[in-house]
Amino acid sequence: MLLGRNSRRYALFLVCCRFHGMKQFDGQALSWTIKDRVIELALHREPCNEIGSQCLEELEQFTAALPDLEQSAHSLILFSTLDCGFCAGADLRELYRRSQEMKKNDAIAGVRNFLERIHQVMNTLDASPLPTIAAVHGIVFGGGLELALTCDLIIADKTARFCFPELRLGLIPGFGGIPRLKRDLGNAVVRDLLLTGRSFNANKAQQIGLVSQVVGEGEALRVARATAAQMGKFDRNTTAAAKKFIKPIPYDDFRQEIEIFCELFSQPAVEAGLKKFVESANAQPYLP
Amino acid sequence: MQTQQKTLDEVLDLAAVQFKVPRQSLSPDDDFFKKLGIDSLQALSLLTRLEQHFNIELPDYEMQGVSDFRTLAERIQTRL
Repeated sequence: MLLGRNSRRYALFLVCCRFHGMKQFDGQALSWTIKDRVIELALHREPCNEIGSQCLEELEQFTAALPDLEQSAHSLILFSTLDCGFCAGADLRELYRRSQEMKKNDAIAGVRNFLERIHQVMNTLDASPLPTIAAVHGIVFGGGLELALTCDLIIADKTARFCFPELRLGLIPGFGGIPRLKRDLGNAVVRDLLLTGRSFNANKAQQIGLVSQVVGEGEALRVARATAAQMGKFDRNTTAAAKKFIKPIPYDDFRQEIEIFCELFSQPAVEAGLKKFVESANAQPYLP
Repeated sequence: MQTQQKTLDEVLDLAAVQFKVPRQSLSPDDDFFKKLGIDSLQALSLLTRLEQHFNIELPDYEMQGVSDFRTLAERIQTRL
């Protein structure tokens, strides 16, 4: 997570995107394609789509290709092909391993760099002029929930379970989660989710306004496609204008979030929390 | 309100269905992590199914340290 990108490979990729387009991609962490004028971004990195350096790099490739993809599509759907769920959040094992290999200040700088990059990805998704849908099931934790929160709609199958467990590691969500939650939900609900670190099911998520539709097990992607088809009937400029009006992006709060995260990351409690998580033989390491 | 025994029976039934094991192989005092060979994420999927079945909300911090079906059923019973 803390290593920089492979800059030559990335630059080459950008050139390819610019001059040849990138309508389809099949990577180690994710794939994308356009189907029926809908961009479908599928996460598929075992064990549960943890967001580490590989996933980040491929997300950056996706957002670099997105402006071109948007010309050929009317909507975007994010989903996971893994049984475990949508995404378990940041790759804590990679974070711990790499931070152990570095001096403290270098580790903090590496974390800051990772956060800046993932924020850029999240903000690009958030600001897409197309309607966006996260079709989720199973685990939607931490950074996975933050990724879903960039979307205009979250459609959850009834197995979905949501959680912000970061506080038990001595951290706050770092991928823009709190500002986006504050934008979308009431502050009392946000405090409950953050300060207890508890997980909650799809019905509860719908009750608090996080999820727009709860569907049967295995049905989220099908319903997302139907919803995308409906949204695709409208004039794209009108949709883009409506989105811009009703979904402001809280950039100032994001800056503050990164500062708070880095400050907390420098505390000994975080290293201890990560160590405990990574080395835990406890059968319940995910429970707050 | 249903009896604790009925709640326990339903918990065992649901766990058997969820993890595709014979119902008769599960006992109230079994450690479900060991018996079912599941990890914490799979345990959360059971929790989701139990919440839906009993139409309750069971915060997972109340599950901390709970590893047998009987205690799990007791925690559910307090929410019915």
